[in-house]
Amino acid sequence: MKVEQISIFIENKSGRLAEVTRVLGESQVNIRALSLADTSDFGILRLIVDNTDTALKVLKDHSFTVNKTEVIGVEVPDQPGGLCSILEILDRNDINVEYMYAFVERSGGNAVIIFRFDNVDDAIKVLTANGITVLKGERISKL
Amino acid sequence: MMTPHKIWNPTAECMPREQRRAVQLARLKETLVRVADHVPCYQKKFSELGFQAGDLTSLDDIGLLPFTTKEDLRQNYPYGMFAVPMREVVRIHSSSGTTGKPTVVGYTREDINNWTELVARFMTAAGVTDEDIVHIAFGYGLFTGAFGLHYGSEAVGASVIPISGGNTDKQLMIMQDYRSSALVCTPSYGLTIADRLEKQGIDPASLALRVGLFGAEPWSEQMRTELENRLGLIATDNYGLSEVMGPGIGGECLCKQGMHIAEDHFIAEIIDPDTGEILPEGSVGELVLTSLTKQAFPMIRYRTRDITRLHYDVCDCGRTLARMEKTRGRSDDMLIIKGVNVFPTQIEEVLFQIKGCEPHYQLMVDRVNNQDILEVQVEVNEKIFFDEMKQQRSFVDQVEKKLYSVLGLSVKVKLVEPSSITRHEGKACRVFDRRQ
Repeated sequence: MKVEQISIFIENKSGRLAEVTRVLGESQVNIRALSLADTSDFGILRLIVDNTDTALKVLKDHSFTVNKTEVIGVEVPDQPGGLCSILEILDRNDINVEYMYAFVERSGGNAVIIFRFDNVDDAIKVLTANGITVLKGERISKL
Repeated sequence: MMTPHKIWNPTAECMPREQRRAVQLARLKETLVRVADHVPCYQKKFSELGFQAGDLTSLDDIGLLPFTTKEDLRQNYPYGMFAVPMREVVRIHSSSGTTGKPTVVGYTREDINNWTELVARFMTAAGVTDEDIVHIAFGYGLFTGAFGLHYGSEAVGASVIPISGGNTDKQLMIMQDYRSSALVCTPSYGLTIADRLEKQGIDPASLALRVGLFGAEPWSEQMRTELENRLGLIATDNYGLSEVMGPGIGGECLCKQGMHIAEDHFIAEIIDPDTGEILPEGSVGELVLTSLTKQAFPMIRYRTRDITRLHYDVCDCGRTLARMEKTRGRSDDMLIIKGVNVFPTQIEEVLFQIKGCEPHYQLMVDRVNNQDILEVQVEVNEKIFFDEMKQQRSFVDQVEKKLYSVLGLSVKVKLVEPSSITRHEGKACRVFDRRQ
C-alpha cells in the first residue's frame, strides 16, 4: 500500500535542481511525481520515480543527501469537492497530514494525491475503513 | 596650521630611546624576580628552561624568556597567575567569552593608578582635555574598556558620562542635551550611532562631538573615514587587551601614524608566530607584550596573537614611543564579532555534541548595516536531513540555540550540501571574514 518516495536536500543556489534531474535522466530514471518545499536557504525535493533504488544510488554517488520515506497515494475523483471528502475523513479521525501534493493520471483522468502522515499505518486503516482506495506502490511508480 | 601637541607625561613619552631602554631593563629585572618568587606557572617555566631571574642582563636577552599564552591563563584559572595576595588586589576584570572558562585579571591600587595614567596619556594624545564631556558607551562590567576609559577621563579632568552600551535613542538624547564632546565606543557602535542620527534627521554638526576614541575591535582606515564624515569628529584608535592590562597599552596621537605603545610599562616585540623567533625592526609579525610595572598580574612575553608592525622613528608629535600599526589579523583563528571573542573550535565542539552532525563547517563573517553577522554553514548529511520541513527547521533552531548558549552571540546556521565546503590538505580554511 505504501509508496516509496525519495527526499533530496537542495541548497538554494542556481543549477542544483537541474543537476538532480540530469543525474536521474542519465541513469534512465523517470520522475512520476514531485514536490519542492523551500526556505530562503535550502529546499527539500520529494520525488516518486520508477526506480527508487537506482535513483538513491546515483544521487548518493553524486554527493546528494537523500532519504527514503514512505508515503501513500490516494485516487481522488477529478471534480469539485473530491479532495475535501478525504480530508474531512482524516480530520474526523485525528490523522495529521505532514504534507501532500497531487498530480493527474494520464489515463482515467483521476487525480492522485500523495500524502505524508506521521503515522502511515493508522492513516491507511482509516482511509480503507471509509471506503477510500489507497493505491498500490507499484501502480504509482509504473504509471 | 599646526596645533601644538599636548602630552600628558612628556618625561616618559618623549624620553630618548636609549634612556628608556635602561628603564625597561631595570623594570624587567624586578618583574622577573617578582614572578619567580610568586607565580608557580613562571617558576615551572623558568626551571624547565634552566633560567633564573638574575640571568637576564640585557634587553637583548629577552628571547631567553618563555612565552605566556592564553592557555597558560586558562590553566591557572581563576587566580593562579596572581603575583600578590588577594588583600592587595583592589579590582578584578575578566576577558570576554572564549572557549571554556574566561580569563581573570587582577589589579593592585598601584596597577589601577598606572592604568589610569596610561589611559590619560592616550586620551590626551587624541586631544581630550579637562574641557571635554566624555560619553562612554562601552558596556560597564567585567570588560576592561569602560572602566579603563572612565578612570583615564577623570584623571584628565574631563566630565564623564558613564552611559554604558545600548539604547541608542537615549544615547542621542544625552549627546544632544549634555553636549557630549568625546565619544568612547566600539567603531561598529559608532556607525550604529551615525545611522540613527541620519534616520532621525539630526545633523552631526549640531552636536558637540569633537573626538572619538574607538577601540575593543579591529577597524580599518575606510571605517575611520566613514566615522569622521558621518559623526563630524576626529576618530582615533587605541589598543589594549585585558590579559595584559586593558586599554592604554597603545593609542594614537592626532598624527594618526600608529598607536604609541607605553614602552616604559610594556616591552613590545614582533615575532614570527610559527617559529617564535624575534623579527628585525620593521617586520610584520605577532605582537608579544611583557609588562614592566604590573604587580598583581605580571605578564612575561604574552602572545597577543595580533599581527602588526612597529615603527621606531620619532613621531611628529614629539613622542619617542614606538608606534604600532592597526592590527592586520590574528595569528590564531580567533574572530572578534560584536566585541565577543569567538574561536572556531568552540563552534566545532558544539557541532560535535549534536547527534548526527559532522564537523564539516565554515564560518562566514559579514558586516551588514554596521552589524557583525556570523553565519555558520554546516554540511547536511543523512542523519541530520529530514523529509519534513518542520523537523528540518527545528534542527537548525536547536543548533542556533546551542551556539548562542556557548558563544553568547546570535549566529545564523545555514545548511549546505555535502562537499560544498572545500577540503584542504593540512590546515582547513574555515573562516571567511568579509568585513570591510
